[in-house]
Amino acid sequence: MWPELGKYGATVINAYIVTIVATGLLTWLSLRSARKSKETLEKLEARRNG
Amino acid sequence: MSIWEFANPVRFMRFSGKLLPYFSVSAALLIVTGLIWGFFFTPEADQFGSTVKIIYIHVPTAMLAINAWVMMFVASLIWLIRRHHVSALAAKAAAPIGAVMTVVAILTGAIWGQPMWGTYWAWDPRLTSFLVLFIFYLGYMALWTAIEEEDKAADLTSVLAMVGTVFAVLSRYAVNFWNQGLHQGASLSLDKEEHVADVYYLPLLVAIGGFVLLFIALLLLRTRTEIRNRRIRALQAREAR
Repeated sequence: MWPELGKYGATVINAYIVTIVATGLLTWLSLRSARKSKETLEKLEARRNG
Repeated sequence: MSIWEFANPVRFMRFSGKLLPYFSVSAALLIVTGLIWGFFFTPEADQFGSTVKIIYIHVPTAMLAINAWVMMFVASLIWLIRRHHVSALAAKAAAPIGAVMTVVAILTGAIWGQPMWGTYWAWDPRLTSFLVLFIFYLGYMALWTAIEEEDKAADLTSVLAMVGTVFAVLSRYAVNFWNQGLHQGASLSLDKEEHVADVYYLPLLVAIGGFVLLFIALLLLRTRTEIRNRRIRALQAREAR
């Protein structure tokens, strides 16, 4: 199943790791800030509406 | 129904909230399919060996690095002409995504370049224009943070987006403008003779589709966050009075 990467194995794996970590981190940070802003807005609107 | 109706933040929130799950799920499916297909089921290339498998991450991220800026240019133009806040906030939301894609394209290019060119970096036209594009992304985000008054920040960052477009276009066509440097020509082309072999082409298209959908999903998510943050600032200002 695992492909034969030959002498460039580390090169290919490193490139994939960089991409997965960077896009994963971007997605996680975007989701986290979305959740935070949603919660803050809900609290503020609840307070405003009494 | 006109596209301008989505300039209304309430309508945008409602519509984007419905679309977001579809874009997110299809992005994940296409990226996983494209990368597994490319990584596990495509052969080595004569010229590149197994490093050809980097194409499935390098090309989509490089395309998005450029096209995210083009999207910011269009959104900024809409802000400057029609003063729709959602378009200015969408441009602001796209910048971190574009910046990350630019970094990934530069890093995967460097990792790929080392065994092929014997160096991680060269002052090649395409590499250099990507570095300049990344600096523009940083400057754009810094400018949004530095200016407190939101409309003024949107105006000035829109002007910066216009100027930076020159480098975004240059990044795309650098290899055509200057027929020199280490970077090879475009991997995708309308001319079938020019682009990569079919065995790499199809999984590459799937991976590109996945990354484009990921960009749209993150853009919708981040624009929604920007709209909410704007509303939060407005409410906090009202409470403070």
